[in-house]
Amino acid sequence: MALDVLLIEDSPGDVRLTKEAFHVANDSVRLHVVTDGVDAMAFLNHEGAYADAPRPDLTLLDLNMPRMDGRQVLARIKNDDNLKTIPTVILTTSTADEDIVASYRLHANCYFSKPVQLEDFESLVKTINDFWLTVAKLPHETFDAAVVPRAGKSLSD
Amino acid sequence: MPLEVLVVEDSSGDIRLTREAFRDVNPFIHLEVAHDGVEAMAFLRRQGAYAGAARPDLILLDLNLPKMDGRQVLAMIKEDEALKTIPTVILTSSEAEADVLRSYQLQANCYLSKPMHFEAFHGLVKSINDFWLTKVKLPQQDDGDEPEPGAHAGHEQGPKKSRGTKGEQ
Repeated sequence: MALDVLLIEDSPGDVRLTKEAFHVANDSVRLHVVTDGVDAMAFLNHEGAYADAPRPDLTLLDLNMPRMDGRQVLARIKNDDNLKTIPTVILTTSTADEDIVASYRLHANCYFSKPVQLEDFESLVKTINDFWLTVAKLPHETFDAAVVPRAGKSLSD
Repeated sequence: MPLEVLVVEDSSGDIRLTREAFRDVNPFIHLEVAHDGVEAMAFLRRQGAYAGAARPDLILLDLNLPKMDGRQVLAMIKEDEALKTIPTVILTSSEAEADVLRSYQLQANCYLSKPMHFEAFHGLVKSINDFWLTKVKLPQQDDGDEPEPGAHAGHEQGPKKSRGTKGEQ
């Protein structure tokens, strides 16, 4: 069964590297790309051009992006009862301790800093694939097939 | 510096397997065990006998525990400003979709189900070590600030004010 991964990343170079690395690591992954936080929220909420977007099994989120940055996207995902269960992995160039702590405080599932070397980047994507898409148990939303509620309207717990 | 892992687990067999597996894969891990949810919270809040307990770098949490179960422990950790940043991995025999979903709703960092066979269990501990304790960037909390006596850490709002620089913008 194909797995849907949403990559939220503004750097075309990193998008290309991630695509190529997933292609090598797991060819059943469908990688969807949005390049800023506004598009990310539209994708996740199935709005506008993203009306038919699938619910991602995993989200890879950059922190520094135009329009709406990754911290805001993370906060919105993890405060939304419909979206909070989607594992959200921070993948950023930042190695600042304050970014790491702030991300975990906002309930990022885990945090990675992007390696500089190409081989290390490929290896990291393989690590993420092997752990999250092979070892970890991912949530299967029972209401996924049904009409997805609008953002802000919370489902009862 | 050794990494601190807190295992919250009531099965003595699983505790032994986890210890042995970590000893094989990473001798630099210091493993502590809490046998139920009440003990786990006392450890994390450094109460009573746990006044000198280290802050864990990673928590492995079983769901079905005596006294206070893993779901409650998870909810308490993830609502507590002082504890919520500690990566908390659910490690349970349950494969029920409802448990998986509920755990992610409660902001578990990830969910793993315990395999039945010894070799597979060993392999899972290796995966946890290789991923969480090797590749992932873990938060480095400045751990100098002990919880104030009698204060309920869970009711604190915002970051502690003992940081070096004032974040006025």
